[in-house]
Amino acid sequence: MKSAVILFPGSNREGDMIRALRQATHQQPAIVWHADHELPKRTDLVVLPGGFSYGDYLRCGAIAGRASIMEAVRAHAERGGLVLGVCNGFQILCESGILPGVLMRNAHLRFICRMQHLSVEQINSPFTNKYAARQIIKVCIAHGEGNYEADQTTIDRLEGDGRVAFRYCNAEGVIGGSANPNGSRNEIAGIFSEKRNVLGLMPHPENLIDPLVGGIDGRGLFDSLASAA
Amino acid sequence: MKARVIVTLKNGVLDPQGKAIEGALTSLGVSGITSVRQGKVFDIEISAEDSSQAKQNLKTACEKLLANTVIENYSIEI
Repeated sequence: MKSAVILFPGSNREGDMIRALRQATHQQPAIVWHADHELPKRTDLVVLPGGFSYGDYLRCGAIAGRASIMEAVRAHAERGGLVLGVCNGFQILCESGILPGVLMRNAHLRFICRMQHLSVEQINSPFTNKYAARQIIKVCIAHGEGNYEADQTTIDRLEGDGRVAFRYCNAEGVIGGSANPNGSRNEIAGIFSEKRNVLGLMPHPENLIDPLVGGIDGRGLFDSLASAA
Repeated sequence: MKARVIVTLKNGVLDPQGKAIEGALTSLGVSGITSVRQGKVFDIEISAEDSSQAKQNLKTACEKLLANTVIENYSIEI
């Protein structure tokens, strides 16, 4: 598994991401600057890490979504290559049109930074096949704009095609109500592209890979990826 | 020439910031406010052969970057 982490001005979770990728794949990910035009040869997985690219100016992920490297990321995704976007990375994937919909301001207008339970809604993907169906995992969230929104046709298509990867839930696995931290439509925390080779999600599985810092529920995602290529 | 691009949220898109501003105005005692929707204004200097050319270029700017047409509408004034 050869991975590449894209660095934008204002990315700040790339260190955590690289650590998680190294742990699962036993290989050092390449770091690719946003102004580059090409990915390293034979890249299997492209990762857009969290952070505040371009200071969230204009809209979160709007400027990064049009960076020159994004054409290469789009081509990689269209070839069926794996792309993972976490938090700001998810916002960038939506802004670039690689994933549908948009991440809006949290319904209660507050930046949320805390632990959060998720239900793994779709395990038939290269990102989630090491989890059990409807497994409840505990990861963390840290965002001000995680309120997923799309038009009804898009939502229906995502639901109908099993493209909702994760939903917010409580510790008992109950989805919705107060378990939804940001007002996200249908409690959506993460979605796949049509071919399920692209995943965007707001929570940070890369921070839950070490029992010393809160748990290892994020490992399933990286172990899934490590076995994918 | 000078141009102004106005980007607004589409009808039906929830605007929590507008709602918060609406609530604040009400609590400040400003009467009669029934709804607030927040948008963005861009004042742009553009050189082009004529205003229709400028408008065309600004339309491209809106479609490519200034507005997210999933949730936002835009209008261009020259």
